[in-house]
Amino acid sequence: MPIGAQSLIQASYFVAAALFIFGLKRMSSPKTARGGIVWAGVGMLVATLITFLSPAMHNYALMTVAIAIGGVIAWISGKRVAMTDMPQMIALYNGMGGGAAGAIAAVELFAGEALGRAQLTLGVLGGIIGAVSFAGSLIAFAKLQGLIRRSIRFRGQNYVNLLILVVTALVGAIIVLHRGENMPAHVTILFVLSLVLGLTMTLPIGGADMPVVISLYNALTGLAVAFEGFVLDNAAMIIAGTVVGSAGTLLTQLMAKAMNRSLANVLFSGFGETAATSASGPAGTLKAIDTADVAVMLGFSEKVIVVPGYGMAVAQAQHKVWELAQALLARDVTVKFAIHPVAGRMPGHMNVLLAEAGVPYDLIYDADEINSEFETADVALIIGANDVVNPVARTDKSSPIYGMPILNADKAKNVIVIKRGQGAGFSGIENALFYLDNTRMLYGDGQAKAAELVQAVKQL
Amino acid sequence: MIHIDGFIALYIFMLAAFTGYEVISRVPVILHTPLMSGSNFVHGIVLVGAMVAMGRANTPLEIGIAFLGVVLAAGNAVGGYVVTERMLEMFKSSKAQPKAKH
Repeated sequence: MPIGAQSLIQASYFVAAALFIFGLKRMSSPKTARGGIVWAGVGMLVATLITFLSPAMHNYALMTVAIAIGGVIAWISGKRVAMTDMPQMIALYNGMGGGAAGAIAAVELFAGEALGRAQLTLGVLGGIIGAVSFAGSLIAFAKLQGLIRRSIRFRGQNYVNLLILVVTALVGAIIVLHRGENMPAHVTILFVLSLVLGLTMTLPIGGADMPVVISLYNALTGLAVAFEGFVLDNAAMIIAGTVVGSAGTLLTQLMAKAMNRSLANVLFSGFGETAATSASGPAGTLKAIDTADVAVMLGFSEKVIVVPGYGMAVAQAQHKVWELAQALLARDVTVKFAIHPVAGRMPGHMNVLLAEAGVPYDLIYDADEINSEFETADVALIIGANDVVNPVARTDKSSPIYGMPILNADKAKNVIVIKRGQGAGFSGIENALFYLDNTRMLYGDGQAKAAELVQAVKQL
Repeated sequence: MIHIDGFIALYIFMLAAFTGYEVISRVPVILHTPLMSGSNFVHGIVLVGAMVAMGRANTPLEIGIAFLGVVLAAGNAVGGYVVTERMLEMFKSSKAQPKAKH
């Protein structure tokens, strides 16, 4: 029996690891992505069920209760969460994974299991990383959810964090050196310090940088899971955790690059919600336009590029914007959506919001694909976007957004900006685009204006 | 249990790291959010580890921590799956889409 069960368990973990990699690969193309997550889900289900057969286990009843509690809460919250709140939900689930990895380490360390030196070292490391990721992800969740509005900063903060890190590492080293001994006090201190480190590392980081931080913690949780996999001799955990660790690291770099921030910058400089004061405002005046004129302009264009920003999602205007696009498509106008990587609250978030409204993904282009097309567009329609179309990023070296890749909306023949009122963008920088000769401002609520435009275009 | 030790462990680690990097390296930006969510789901495999830890736990302290671990891990796995599936289910191409609803 033990031999048979053992082989079955190992085989199922092998299948699960293969399905995870296969699933992730399929998730990297929009055509096959849906199938990818389903395959990975099958792998998870198989691995979880077979684990009940593991030899020499007890506490089955409590274990089932725990799975039910965690599973049901996550199922309900995951089904209910609005697409706009997706980034913080990912942070929360990620934090839970980190906490679980930390808990595994804690159980092993408190039990004083007879572990090899390498295993013990990895177990301690995984525990620290898991606990940091747990606490940090919770802060990231609280910040994006609006539960924590201030970023707590003080002079010498980085040194304090460094000190906590060093002390944590020392306590970890002491535990490893006293291998085979039971050291509950040291283990407790280790985890308390790790949790504090997660808090103090994340609290000073501003809301705008949170996506990068969440991605980093995602990678760290993967690493923690892999390390605990070494402790438990569990190949599925080692492979899945390592794959996520490296994939997450790459994803973090891609995100930071898209936001024109280096990772070190995000973690240690505490920018991300600076209210920059521009020395001199852009020259020119803001020129208003009314709905009827915009409808005519759009309806008789050959090509319209829509540039949505997070403001559009806040106004819940994405459905109306898609209706407008459909009305234009019915008139044989070419309509494309141009998405800047930071258009949502996380790279790719805006694509999810547009997909929710029903916009097919093949009408959606990212900055590199579409930037050369603005010159041939009759109209660039900007809805709720600001900093990502500010040409200052190309020209003004003193601007905080200088160097950030932007969408070249200013190259279009006409630019229409739908905006609630006058005012600067997220970064507090005046937008030179709004003052250009070929730009007209359509003031009003995004959803209301889009609805009016739909009617007006249909009546042309 | 298969004991995974020394260089075998290092080999697995190295190969898995390259695999993760390669799998993600050609992903279009449009899928970054769902993919992060999907990889978040994959480390939900920590659930099997938490279950094993709980199965071996003896003292009330160990059982309590392990219980918390299993609850959190189950939340990671289930929540990660639900939100990823919800997001990816919405991605449709214009060919697959029947004419507009309105």
